[in-house]
Amino acid sequence: MNGVHDMGGMHGMGSIQPEENEPVFHHRWEARVFAVVRAMGAFGRWNIDASRHQRELIPAAEQLRMSYYERWLAGLSQLLVRHGFLSTQELATGKPVPGPMMLAPALPADKVPGFIAGGSPAARTSNSPPRFRPGQRVRARNLNPIGHTRLPRYVRGKAGMVDRVHGVFVFPDTNAHLRGESPQHVYSVRFEAQELWGDVAVPRDAVYVDLWEGYLDAL
Amino acid sequence: MTDIPHSREQDRDQGQDHDHGKQRLPSDPALRVMALESLLVQKGLVDPQALDALVEAYEHRIGPHNGAKVVARAWKDPAYKARLLTDATAAIAEMGFGGLQGEHMVAVENTPAVHNLVVCTLCSCYPYPVLGLPPVWYKSAGYRSRAVIDPRGVLREFGLELPAEMQVRVWDSTAELRYLVVPQPPPGTEHMSEEQLASLVTRDAMIGVALVRSPATGELP
Repeated sequence: MNGVHDMGGMHGMGSIQPEENEPVFHHRWEARVFAVVRAMGAFGRWNIDASRHQRELIPAAEQLRMSYYERWLAGLSQLLVRHGFLSTQELATGKPVPGPMMLAPALPADKVPGFIAGGSPAARTSNSPPRFRPGQRVRARNLNPIGHTRLPRYVRGKAGMVDRVHGVFVFPDTNAHLRGESPQHVYSVRFEAQELWGDVAVPRDAVYVDLWEGYLDAL
Repeated sequence: MTDIPHSREQDRDQGQDHDHGKQRLPSDPALRVMALESLLVQKGLVDPQALDALVEAYEHRIGPHNGAKVVARAWKDPAYKARLLTDATAAIAEMGFGGLQGEHMVAVENTPAVHNLVVCTLCSCYPYPVLGLPPVWYKSAGYRSRAVIDPRGVLREFGLELPAEMQVRVWDSTAELRYLVVPQPPPGTEHMSEEQLASLVTRDAMIGVALVRSPATGELP
């Protein structure tokens, strides 16, 4: 979706304010949101792409006003209702409605180290060879899907060169909507800074973007 | 134009409004999160001890000190550096790091001719196993929007003026690959041990918004 989350190259988005000796979390609630998101994700009812997309769906003005963990909280609340973990009433009142408990057991504390160490690999295998090879010229397609995509607006229609083939990975555009993993080859594509931004860019500078095969055309 | 507020500013504002010296009233999201956690616990969907363990892992165990060990070893051991640059996931696993949000890693090396900078313009992807959780500025709209269009301007704000002849490569983490910058070792540190070297490597240097300074002279590579 052409949302406000797709920020590459925008102006007027505020200053960058590094903080000396920044704590990992600024508030306890941020730590709890982080942990609840991870723990609920462990059920496997959704995936990282769905969870990103849920945050992208927060209305733009709210998205920009919210802090990072407020966006996580908002996205999580929506996912919990959508996937039947909570009813809207429960979410609003904070009180559980009596009814059948979900059978899936919660992530236990002793499984946390394994959960972190294992992660959730997105690489898959495929019998089809990569369509592009390193050094090949490609153009990012001018796609404007209404759903989730990881093709940033600032590279659409731009020409670049395949720098390396990363392998085969889950395709976010379908996975985010729980329409299957549809794995595809992913490439690191080098775009010359001037191809992206014109004369304001320094000639030798470049931006490397990881792009799925379906986002690219041969040049 | 005004800056987009984030939690730190909100915190300060609330500090002025509500902090009467002792107890600080929880902000609205704090109350909502407490209510949500309690609801999920009552429904048997989360184990509060698992939440504690998740928080503990990222507050105390997993952080930039991990990445610093990787970089220091790459500086000392050319064979390791070669493995790191070819298959970062495997080389980082050799050091015992990997997993959540670092399942697939790429290491990019700074040289006298090339400077690397990492961003995630679409969200805030960041290599947790080697750097921990991202700082607020990395997740900010300002950084995400500008790193790709004006990397040199962004670096200048971090106090880093790169020579015009150096090439800047920005890595936008749009897929499930997470990037680690291997900075150049500072001058005059060849005699130092891996452990000593690791203590010099900063988080910012591994994102690419800083260089590593010589501890003795403050010199940059």
